[in-house]
Amino acid sequence: MAIATTTSPAHHEEHKDLRVWGLLTFLVSESLMFGGFFATYLFFRGSAEVWPPEGTEVELLVPTINTIILVSSSFVIHFGDAAIKKNNVKGMRFWYILTAIMGAIFLAGQVYEYMTLGYGLTTNVFANCFYIMTGFHGLHVFVGLLLILGVLWRSRRPGHYSATKHTGIEMAEIYWHFVDIIWIILFTLLYILTLF
Amino acid sequence: MTLEIPQNQPPGSESTSVVVTESTHHHQAWKWYHYFTFNVDHKVIGIQYLVTAFVFYLIGGLMAIAMRAELATPDADLLDPNLYNAFMTNHGTIMIFLWIVPSAIGGFGNFLVPLMVGARDMAFPKLNAIAFWLNPPAGLLVLASFFFGGSQSGWTAYPPLSLVTAPIAQSMWILAIVLVGTSSILGSLNFVITILFMKVPSMKWDQIPLFCWAILATSVLALLSTPVLAAGLVLLLFDLNFGTSFFKPDAGGNVVIYQHLFWFYSHPAVYLMILPIFGIMSEVIPVHARKPIFGYKAIAYSSLAICLVGLFVWVHHMFTSGTPGWMRMFFTISTLIVAVPTGVKIFGWVATLWGGKIRFTSAMLFAVGLLSMFVMGGLSGVTMGTAPFDVHVHDTYYVVAHFHYVLFGGSVFGIYAGIYHWFPKMTGRMMNETLGRIHFILTFIGTNLTFLPMHELGLQGMPRRVAMYDAQFTHLNEICTIGAYILGLSVIPFTINVLWSWVAGKKAGDNPWNALTLEWTTSSPPLVENWEVLPVVTHGPYDYGVNDRGSKIQSIAANS
Repeated sequence: MAIATTTSPAHHEEHKDLRVWGLLTFLVSESLMFGGFFATYLFFRGSAEVWPPEGTEVELLVPTINTIILVSSSFVIHFGDAAIKKNNVKGMRFWYILTAIMGAIFLAGQVYEYMTLGYGLTTNVFANCFYIMTGFHGLHVFVGLLLILGVLWRSRRPGHYSATKHTGIEMAEIYWHFVDIIWIILFTLLYILTLF
Repeated sequence: MTLEIPQNQPPGSESTSVVVTESTHHHQAWKWYHYFTFNVDHKVIGIQYLVTAFVFYLIGGLMAIAMRAELATPDADLLDPNLYNAFMTNHGTIMIFLWIVPSAIGGFGNFLVPLMVGARDMAFPKLNAIAFWLNPPAGLLVLASFFFGGSQSGWTAYPPLSLVTAPIAQSMWILAIVLVGTSSILGSLNFVITILFMKVPSMKWDQIPLFCWAILATSVLALLSTPVLAAGLVLLLFDLNFGTSFFKPDAGGNVVIYQHLFWFYSHPAVYLMILPIFGIMSEVIPVHARKPIFGYKAIAYSSLAICLVGLFVWVHHMFTSGTPGWMRMFFTISTLIVAVPTGVKIFGWVATLWGGKIRFTSAMLFAVGLLSMFVMGGLSGVTMGTAPFDVHVHDTYYVVAHFHYVLFGGSVFGIYAGIYHWFPKMTGRMMNETLGRIHFILTFIGTNLTFLPMHELGLQGMPRRVAMYDAQFTHLNEICTIGAYILGLSVIPFTINVLWSWVAGKKAGDNPWNALTLEWTTSSPPLVENWEVLPVVTHGPYDYGVNDRGSKIQSIAANS
C-alpha cells in the first residue's frame, strides 16, 4: 500500500521540473561506467604487442554505416524536439518514428556484425572487451529505443504533449544524444584506432 | 478556504471526491505501520534506511565477534578457516555497504537534507524509495551466499582469488554490491538536485547547513566513482560465469586492472563513509558547544576539496601490486594532500569547542570521542599513505587498526552522535542520557582496547585475513578479543535505549537542543510535508550567542 505525498497545487507552492537535471546527473554517472570499460580496453591495448590480436580483426564497413545512421539519428530526433516546441505533435511523431527506425536498424546491424565476425565473447581479451563494450552500448540503445517508443505511445493521446509540456520528449532526446556520444568514443577506440 | 483534492489520504479512505477542507490530514505525522510500506516520504525512507542498516550492523558485529573469538587462540579451533574467511569477507561487506553507507548517507541524508534546506521532500521521491528498496534484496543476497559457502576473497574480491573460491557465492556477492551501488547512485543524484535546486528561496548559499555541503560532496563523489566499480564487477562477473579472461593472467588478462577499477570506487567509498559524518559533526558540535561554527566556509570548501582530491588517491592501496615508481610518488603526495582539508575540519571543530559552553550530552560525548579517535586513525593513515612505510605494513593488522579507527572511531561514532542528536526530531521523544553515557563509555573503551593493540601486531608483522597466527602474537590478540566482547556488550544499552525511548521516552518538543537549523522549526516528528508554511531564513545556521533564547526564524506565510 503505497502512499504518495505529492504537493497539492491548491495548497502548496510547486517547485520547477527538475527531471532534466536529474537525467543529466545520472548520465554523467553512467558515462563513468563506460569510462571504466574504456580504461580497461586501453590498458590492454597499451600492453599488447599486436592489437587487435591475429584472428580477431574487426570489420569496418557495417560499423561505419551504423555510425553514420546513429549520428544522423541524433539530428533527426532534434528535429522532432524542435517540432514539439512549435506545438507540432504530428511533426514530432514523424521525426521520432524515423529515429526509432534508425535505432532499430543500428541494433540489427550490430546483431549482423556479431553473427558474421567469426569469433565469440571468449576468444581472447580483445574479443572480451569488444563484446562487453558493444554489448553494453547496444543495451543502452535498446533502452533509448524503448524511451522513444514510450514517447510515441503517449503522444497518441491528444493534448498529452504541447509546446509548454514536453519534458518526456526532451529526456528521450537527451538520452539518445548520450548513447550517440558514447558510441562515437567507442567507435574511435574499437575501430578507428585499429587502423593505426 | 480552498477547493482541493486531498492527495495523501490515510490508507482505507479511498475517496477522491472534491471536498472543502482545511486539510487537517496534512498536518499529521506518519503512523508506525507506514514504515513498513513503499512510502515515498523522505523522513520515512530515512528511518527505514537507519533501521535496516542497524539490523545489518548487528549481523556484521556478530560476525566480527565470532572472528575475534576465533583469534583469541593461535589455532583455528572455533571456526573452520574457510568459514572464518567467509565471515571476514561478509563482515567487511555488510559493515561498509549495508551499514555505514546506507545509514550515514541514506538515513541521515534523507531525513535531514530536505528539512535543512526547507524543502517539502526530495526532488524525486519515488526514485528515493526505489533507491532504498534496492538495499534489502542486496542484504538478503549477501546473507544467502552463506548457503553456497560464502564469498571468501575479502571485501575487495581480488582476482584470481575471487575466481577460484566459491563461484556461486562470489556471483551473489557481486550482484549484491551492484544493487547497493545502483541505490547509491540514485540516492546521490537525488541529493545533488535537492540541495542545488530545492532550497527555500530565502536561504542564501552561505546559509546552507554544513551537513548539506557534506552530503553534496559525498553525492558528487558517489556519482563519479560508483559506476567504475560497477564496470569492474561486471567484468569480474563475466570472468566468473561466462568464460571471459579479463582478470586471468594465463589467458592474457591482468589482475591489476581490477585493482584499479575497484579502488577507483572503493577509496572514494571511504570518503563516502566519513564525509556525511563530518557533516554530522559540524551540526552537533556548534549546537552543544553553544558557539558559531569556526570557519564555515573553510569547512564547506574542505568537503568539496576532499571530494576532488579523493578521486586521485586510489593507487595508495596498490603500492605493493607492482605499480611503477612515478605512480607511487604521485599517489603518496596526493594521499598526504587529503590530510590538509581533513585537518582544516578538525581544527574548525576544535576551535568551535574552544571557549564554548559545552553540554556533555550523549551526542556531544560521541562527537568529542570521535575527534580523538579520528585523529588517531588519521595519523596512522598518513603514515601508511607514504609508500615506503606502506610496503612494510601492507596487509598486516596495522591496516586493520587504521581503518577500524577511522571507520569505527569515526563513522560509527558519528552515526551514534547523529542518532542521539536527531532522535528527538525523528520520534518526538528524548533518549535516556544515563544509558547513553554507559553506551559511550563501553564503546570508547571497547574500541580502543580492540584496535589499539592491532597497530603493534601489524608492526610486528601479523598478516590480515587469516584464521591462524604465530604463537608470539597471542597475548595482544587476547586483549583485542576482550575489547571486541566489550564492544559487543556496548550495543545492548544502545538498543534498549532506542527501543524504550521510542515507545516511552520523555516528550521532546520541537527544539530540545535549542538549535538553529531549519529542521528544528517544525514539530517532532515532522509533519507529513514538513511545514504548514515554509520557514523563512533570517539568520545563519550557527548564529549561537547572537540570541541565546533559541531561534529567530519566523514562520510567515510563504505564499501570502
